[in-house]
Amino acid sequence: MTTSQGTRRRVGDSPALLGLIGLVCFGGLLEVLPRAGVLPAEYFPPTSTIVRALIDELDRGGFWRAVAGTVTTWLIGLAIAVVAGIVLGIVIGSIPALRLATASTVEFLRPIPSVALLPLAIVLFSAPVRSILLLVVYASFWQVLIQVLHGVADVDPVARETAASYRLGRWRQARYLVWPTTLPYAMTGIRLAAAVALVLTITGELLIGGTKGIGEEIAVAQSSIAVPSMYALIIVAGLIGLIANLATRRAERLVLAWHPSVRRELPL
Amino acid sequence: MLEIRSLRKTYGGQGRTVEALGDITLTVDDGQFVCVVGPSGCGKTTLLRCLGGLLEPTAGEVRVSGQVVTGPPDGLAIVFQEYGRSLFPWLRVAENIELPLKSKGLGKAERRTLVDESLGAVGLADAGKAYPWQLSGGMQQRVAIARAIAFQPKVMLMDEPFAAVDAQTRADLEDLVRTVWKRFGMTMLFVTHDIDEAVYLGERVVMLSSSPTHVLENLDIDLPSERDQLKTRSDARFVELRSHVYARIQEAKGAGVLRETAP
Amino acid sequence: MTRTLGRIGLALALPVILLVTWWFASADSTSFYQPPLETIIKVFPHTWTAATFKSDVLPSLIRLFIGYGLALLLGIGLGVLIGANRRLRALLEPILEFLRAIPPPVLVPVLILIAGLGDPTKVLVIVVGGVWPILLNTVEGVRGVDEVLADTCRSYQIRGWLRIRTFILRAASPQIVVGARQALSICIIMMVIGELLGATDGLGYTVVEFQRGFQIPEMWSGVFVLGLLGVLLSLAFTLVERRVLNWYHGARAAERSGH
Repeated sequence: MTTSQGTRRRVGDSPALLGLIGLVCFGGLLEVLPRAGVLPAEYFPPTSTIVRALIDELDRGGFWRAVAGTVTTWLIGLAIAVVAGIVLGIVIGSIPALRLATASTVEFLRPIPSVALLPLAIVLFSAPVRSILLLVVYASFWQVLIQVLHGVADVDPVARETAASYRLGRWRQARYLVWPTTLPYAMTGIRLAAAVALVLTITGELLIGGTKGIGEEIAVAQSSIAVPSMYALIIVAGLIGLIANLATRRAERLVLAWHPSVRRELPL
Repeated sequence: MLEIRSLRKTYGGQGRTVEALGDITLTVDDGQFVCVVGPSGCGKTTLLRCLGGLLEPTAGEVRVSGQVVTGPPDGLAIVFQEYGRSLFPWLRVAENIELPLKSKGLGKAERRTLVDESLGAVGLADAGKAYPWQLSGGMQQRVAIARAIAFQPKVMLMDEPFAAVDAQTRADLEDLVRTVWKRFGMTMLFVTHDIDEAVYLGERVVMLSSSPTHVLENLDIDLPSERDQLKTRSDARFVELRSHVYARIQEAKGAGVLRETAP
Repeated sequence: MTRTLGRIGLALALPVILLVTWWFASADSTSFYQPPLETIIKVFPHTWTAATFKSDVLPSLIRLFIGYGLALLLGIGLGVLIGANRRLRALLEPILEFLRAIPPPVLVPVLILIAGLGDPTKVLVIVVGGVWPILLNTVEGVRGVDEVLADTCRSYQIRGWLRIRTFILRAASPQIVVGARQALSICIIMMVIGELLGATDGLGYTVVEFQRGFQIPEMWSGVFVLGLLGVLLSLAFTLVERRVLNWYHGARAAERSGH
């Protein structure tokens, strides 16, 4: 950006620069404090040590298999939850009687903490990946379903009556009326579900064991007290989360670029 | 007394600066009712925000009761145009009025007296327990006025307070403002884009040019102190004054257009 | 009258159908891991007695409430501080964005390593999980306060704690509530995880003990209790929310009908 004549921009005015300064300070602080003995270095290794451990990890074949494993489980779980959530959401939302009949059940099942199902998942499935998928799908399905239900309910009643008066069939109504209204809500649901699904994927790996995933690697690092690599792996988990966030936000903007409606997240 | 001396305000942006107020000098005597009128977009709100200490002027100074304004001054209350957004929706009407009194450090009994008195003065004695959003737009603006009254200001600034209410409510509120002003005797600065309203309400009308804004003319309104929606507005003198103001504002608009096309 | 009865009937119909189906479908189950519903219900009374409630459910609940309370205090406090200060916000935004992206459960091993296996760690685990959604939503809420209201506060010289209490916190409360609700479900999850990864009491611990001891019907009943806990807390939250945001829903409704 060119600065125009006479207007000097102060350092404090650029958010991006300030953010970078913040990151550098944060890293610097975590380098200095353990070295100065303020924080115990055996539990809080200095930043440089963690970075070195991270670089070592990047060289290891097992690490990349773990990343691939986590991402695969996450994407499969997310895909199942999204498809199920959208299909069921539109069907339930479009039929008032069904909506009324399922409301209480949805309200009851949704708040059940997904990790509560963990012991169940372990005894029901012998393959750990399936147990993890059960948790992932259960937790993220509700995010999509609830948003889609709200989306279908948001269809303009006047538009609905117009469509009915022109004798648009059920399929056409769904295609041209319900779906466009629901899409922004569904995208919000997918964004929320992606975050939840990732958390549960890594949690499942951490708790169940026997999978190739970042969570498993962290558990192994913990039990062998490899503190720097544990932090390095946690940073990797954070980075995957960050990329997932950015990607879903990006996708949301791309898909909805043409969409005229004002979108807002529902205060649920 | 409200004194404005050589007030200027420019908004600096990337490379281009906009001159909102270009040298305004104006004095309002204690207890006077002055209306400020000007074409839309002439920086009326900027002026008012400078007076209220919400905006720092680029040059010049504002004095309220002799004190130079550097931040929101004591003894000054503002009634904003956006009544829906200037009342706290989570507080009941009485609590809305009471809040500034709390920050003033008044005791509970005194606060209650002031709240009751001000609500009575705007004709909403029974509305204290309601939430603002349960009231109509006109009633909400009455609450905002009551809050200003209860604050016991020496100077009251009103920023196009009735721009967003319907015509009948507007007439009622105009008369209410006159009554309040007479009863409490504060200095009143009323900003509006409505020429009729300015002439009907004010003892004096200050006409502003389009931006960069300066004072076009100070006009004393020599109408009788008792104003009446029907009689005053059909009064020959009212019509005369109104036409004069209208002509000057039109002139100012034309000048503004010329200025814009010139390089 | 008949309409409300019909509604209640509709609301109850599906759960009843589901339970009845489960009952009959599982009645002849010989699978060790999927016991008949009847068996699960039969073990319930002697598995979850007043004594086990006191020894297992209560410690979990106490830790949950302390942890959630601390997360609220910390999240709202820091959120107001960061949200009200533009520079501080710019300075911390990338860090917060990154810390939020870390799935909270992966921090549990670190916390156990640092602070051992005691009660403080289990509370800390809950705080670490719940604080982010509250913090980030508070920042958003505080940043989005209405400008006219902010001007009103300035011109009436409403400052300091009075301003924070009656303006900032209330104006941000709809957003804070969104964060608090997300945090509540995360806190429950973190509570269970904290207990799964090394504890000697608590709901999560008990359920896992049942699983490890192959007491499958008891384990199923434990899953029920955990689910019930989630449902009850969510219900309680809704009640509190209705009180706190009464004005917000009223104002929104008034706005909608006005247009």
